[in-house]
Amino acid sequence: MTATVQSSRWHFREPGVIPGFRLTFGFAVCYLSLVILIPLSGLVWHSSNLGWDAFWALASDPRTIAALKISFGSAVLAALINTVFGLVVAWVLVRYRFPGRRIVDAVVDLPFALPTAVAGIALATLYAPNGMIGAWLADFGFKVAFTPAGIVVALVFIGLPFIVRTVQPVLEEVDREIEEAAATLGASRLDIVRRVLLPGLLPAILTGFAMAMARGIGEYGSVIFIAGNIPYVSEIAPLLIVIRLEEFNYAAATAVGVVMLSISFLMLLIINLIQAWSRGRFGHG
Amino acid sequence: MADQTISIQSATAETPLVRLVLMAIAFLFLALFLFLPLVVVVSEAFRNGVGAWFQAILDPDALASIRLTLLVAAISVPLNMVFGVAAAWAIAKFEFRGKAFLITLIDLPFSVSPVISGLVYVLLFGSGSVLGPWLKGWGIEILFAVPGITLATIFVTFPFVARELIPLMQDQGSADEEAALSLGASGWQTFLHVTLPNIRWGLLYGVLLCNARAMGEFGAVSVVSGHIRGLTDTMPLHIEILYNEYNFAAAFAVASLLVGLALVTLVLKTAIERRYAD
Amino acid sequence: MTRYRSITAAAVMAIAIGFAAPVAAADFTLLNVSYDPTRELYKEYNQLFIDSWNAKTGDKVTIRMSHGGSGKQARSVIDGLEADVVTLALEADINAIAEKTGKISAAWRERLPNNSAPYTSTIVFLVRKGNPKGISDWADLVRDGVEVITPNPKTSGGARWNFLAAWAWAQKAYKGDEPSVRQYVSDLFRHVPILDTGARGATTTFVRRAIGDVLLAWENEAFLALDELGEGAFEIVVPSVSIKAEPPVALVDGNVEHKGTTEIATAYLEGLYSEDGQRLAARHYYRPYQPELADPQDMTRFPDLKLVTVDDFGGWKKAQPTFFADGGIFDQIYKPER
Repeated sequence: MTATVQSSRWHFREPGVIPGFRLTFGFAVCYLSLVILIPLSGLVWHSSNLGWDAFWALASDPRTIAALKISFGSAVLAALINTVFGLVVAWVLVRYRFPGRRIVDAVVDLPFALPTAVAGIALATLYAPNGMIGAWLADFGFKVAFTPAGIVVALVFIGLPFIVRTVQPVLEEVDREIEEAAATLGASRLDIVRRVLLPGLLPAILTGFAMAMARGIGEYGSVIFIAGNIPYVSEIAPLLIVIRLEEFNYAAATAVGVVMLSISFLMLLIINLIQAWSRGRFGHG
Repeated sequence: MADQTISIQSATAETPLVRLVLMAIAFLFLALFLFLPLVVVVSEAFRNGVGAWFQAILDPDALASIRLTLLVAAISVPLNMVFGVAAAWAIAKFEFRGKAFLITLIDLPFSVSPVISGLVYVLLFGSGSVLGPWLKGWGIEILFAVPGITLATIFVTFPFVARELIPLMQDQGSADEEAALSLGASGWQTFLHVTLPNIRWGLLYGVLLCNARAMGEFGAVSVVSGHIRGLTDTMPLHIEILYNEYNFAAAFAVASLLVGLALVTLVLKTAIERRYAD
Repeated sequence: MTRYRSITAAAVMAIAIGFAAPVAAADFTLLNVSYDPTRELYKEYNQLFIDSWNAKTGDKVTIRMSHGGSGKQARSVIDGLEADVVTLALEADINAIAEKTGKISAAWRERLPNNSAPYTSTIVFLVRKGNPKGISDWADLVRDGVEVITPNPKTSGGARWNFLAAWAWAQKAYKGDEPSVRQYVSDLFRHVPILDTGARGATTTFVRRAIGDVLLAWENEAFLALDELGEGAFEIVVPSVSIKAEPPVALVDGNVEHKGTTEIATAYLEGLYSEDGQRLAARHYYRPYQPELADPQDMTRFPDLKLVTVDDFGGWKKAQPTFFADGGIFDQIYKPER
C-alpha cells in the first residue's frame, strides 16, 4: 500500500547527482520574479482598473484588431524572411572561408547595438522614394517606406541577429562525420541537408524564429519612422499604446499591452513546447 | 574507386555553383538590410568632416550621456549575466516540471513592447503608486534618475545571457560534471573548472549581445528618463534630441560611436577567441 | 584573479564617475520641462536669465531643460518628474497635470498675463519652392493629387492646432454646416500619406524625404525649417484663416514649494514677459504678447491674418474631449476602408 503511494508520488524534479538545483533555481526564480513578474503583474493589475466591459470593448475594437493584425502579421513575416535568409547567412559564415568573413560575422550583431530610432531613420533614408534603394524600387512601381512593407523591412533588420546567432553555434558543432557517413551510404547532398542537417538545426531555428518574432511584435522605435502610421493600414499596436498614454488613459494603454503580451506569451509557449518535445524525441541537438 | 570519392565529396559539400549562389544570396541580403543602413549612419556622421564629428562627441551633454550609458551597462550586464548562468544551470542540468513555461517566462521581455517595459516601472514607482512616494520619503529617487533607467535596461536585456546558454548547456549534457563530481570535486569546483570552460564562448556571446542591447536601448529608457539634458539622457536619447534639433550630423556622430563601441567589443571577442582557441 | 579585480575596479570607477559628474556647484537648479520646438528659444533665454539673476542677487543658477512631445512631458511631470516650471504646447496638458496631481493651482491661467501664454504662434503652410501645386488656402489641400503632411493629432500637440485651424476654416467656408465641415476634414486626412508622431518628425518627412506637397506647421517651426534646412527650397503660404496657438507656461507649485525655488521660478516665468523675453521670443519666430517690446525688424516677418482662438471652440476643456478623446471626432473620420 505504502509502496504504491510512494511510486506514484508527484515529483517536481527528477533526481540526479548534480548539485546546486536549489541555489540556481531559487536565485533564477527570485530574480525573475523581482525583475519581470512583479512589474508585469502590476501591469495586469492596472489594466483591470478598466473593468471587463471596457476591456472587451477595447480588445474587440476594429482599430485595435487591425493594429494587432498588422503587428503580429509583420512580425511573423519578418521572422520567416529572417529564418530563410538568416539560415543562408549562418551557413555561409560557418562553412565557407572567404576574405572579410570575420568582419561580416562581427557586423551581424549591430542591429542590437544601434538604437532602434537610429535604425528606423537609417532605413527610412534608404527606402524612402528619394533614397538609394527606394528610388530604384520606385522605378519598378514598388513603395516600401511608409507602407506596411516598411514595417517588415524594419523588423527584418531588428530580428536578423536572433536567427543567425542561434543557428550559428549549433551549426559549428555539427559533426562532419555524420555527413560523410550519410554520403558513403549514397545520400545526395540535398538529402543530407534535408534529412541529416536540418532536423538537428530545427530547435535552434525555432528558438531564433520565436525570439525574432517576439522582438518584432513589440517593436516601436524603428517602425514609427518608416511605417507611415495610418490607422487601419500601417498603424502598429505599440503606437495604440502610446496614443492611449497621450490621452492620460493608463488603464487602456496597459490593456492593449496585456492583450499583446498574452498573445505573444501563448505563441512563445507553443514554440517552446514544440522544442521540448522535439528535444525529447530526437535527443540532444 | 575514383567515382566514389567524387560522389562523396559532392555529397558532403556543395558544388561551386551552389556555393556561389548561396554566398550571393547571403551578401545581397546583408547588403540590403545591414550594410547599407550602417553606411548611411557612418556617412551621415562624417558628412561635416572629422572635426565636426569630434565636436559632437566632445560636447559636454554628449559626454554626460556616454558616461550614463556606460554606467547603466556596467550595472545591468553583470546582474543579467549572473542570472543567465544560474537559470541555464537549473534548466539544463535538471529535469523538472514546467520547464517550457519557465523558459517562456524568460523569453517574455523580448516580446514586451519597449513602451510597456518602461511603463511598468512608471506604474510601480510613479507618483500615483504606493512604492514611489514611500521611497521618496526616504530620499530614494527611482524614476527620472539612474535607478529607473537601470531597471528598464535590466528588463529589456534580461533574456540574452540565459537564452544563449540554455541551448548550449542542454546540448553539452551533464556527463563532464558527473565525472568531476564522482572524482570528488565540490559543486563549485565543478562549475569553475568543468562547466565554465565549456560554456565560455556562449557566455561571452551572451554578455556581448546583452551589452550591445543595453547601450542601444531607446524606447523603454525614454519612458523612465525624463529627458533632462546632461543628466538623465543616455546616448540613444541624446541622439533623438540632436536629431530633433535638425542637428543630423551630430546625431549620427553619436550613433556611429555606439556602433564603434559595439565593434570594439566584437573585436575583443575575436581576439580572445584567437588567443584561447584550442 | 587579477582579471576579476580589474573588472571590479573598472565597474567601481564607472559608477564613481557616473555619480560624481552630474553634481554641480550651484545655489539654485531649475528644471524647465518643455515641448520640442522651444529648444532654441530657451537655450538663449536661460543664459539671459542666469546672467540677469546673478547680477541682481549674486545667486548662481543652473537651468536644466527637458524636451519632448508635449503630452509625454506632461505625463512625466504627473508621474513625478520634479519640474519647477512647465512650458508646454497645449493648455490641456497643463490642465492634466493640475487635475491629476494638484501640484499646479487650478487657477494657473489667471496668474500670468494673456492666459499664461507669453508668446503665441499660428498654423501656416510650408510648400516647395515656386509652389508648384499652386496652394493658397485650405480648399486647395483636398484637390486631387495634393499630399498633405501633418503629425498625428493623437500624439502631437501641434497637430491638434492644425486640426482645429482646418476645422475653423471649414466652418467659415461651409457656414457652420457640420456634415460638410466633417466631410472636409476627413477629406483632408485622406490626403495625408504619413502621420508622424511629432511635429519635428513631420518636418523631417517633408523636408528630408521629399514627401508631400504641403506641410502644416507651427509658424515658428516653418521659419526655423527655412533657416536650418535650406532657405529658397521652401516657401511659407499663409492661409485666409488660421488659429491663434497659445503655448502656455506655468509654475509647478507642488514642486517649487518643497525645493524652495518659488521666488526664482516665478521670476523665470515673469521674465518671459519682460522686454528681453519678448524680444527673444520674436527673434525665434514666436509672436510676442506685447509686440511693441520686440525688435520692429523681427515683427515685419509676421503676416497679418485672421486668427480664431480655441475659445471659439469653447476652450480646451471642451475641444479636447470633443475632437481628440478616444472615439472623438478625429477617431470618427478614420473609418476602415472597405
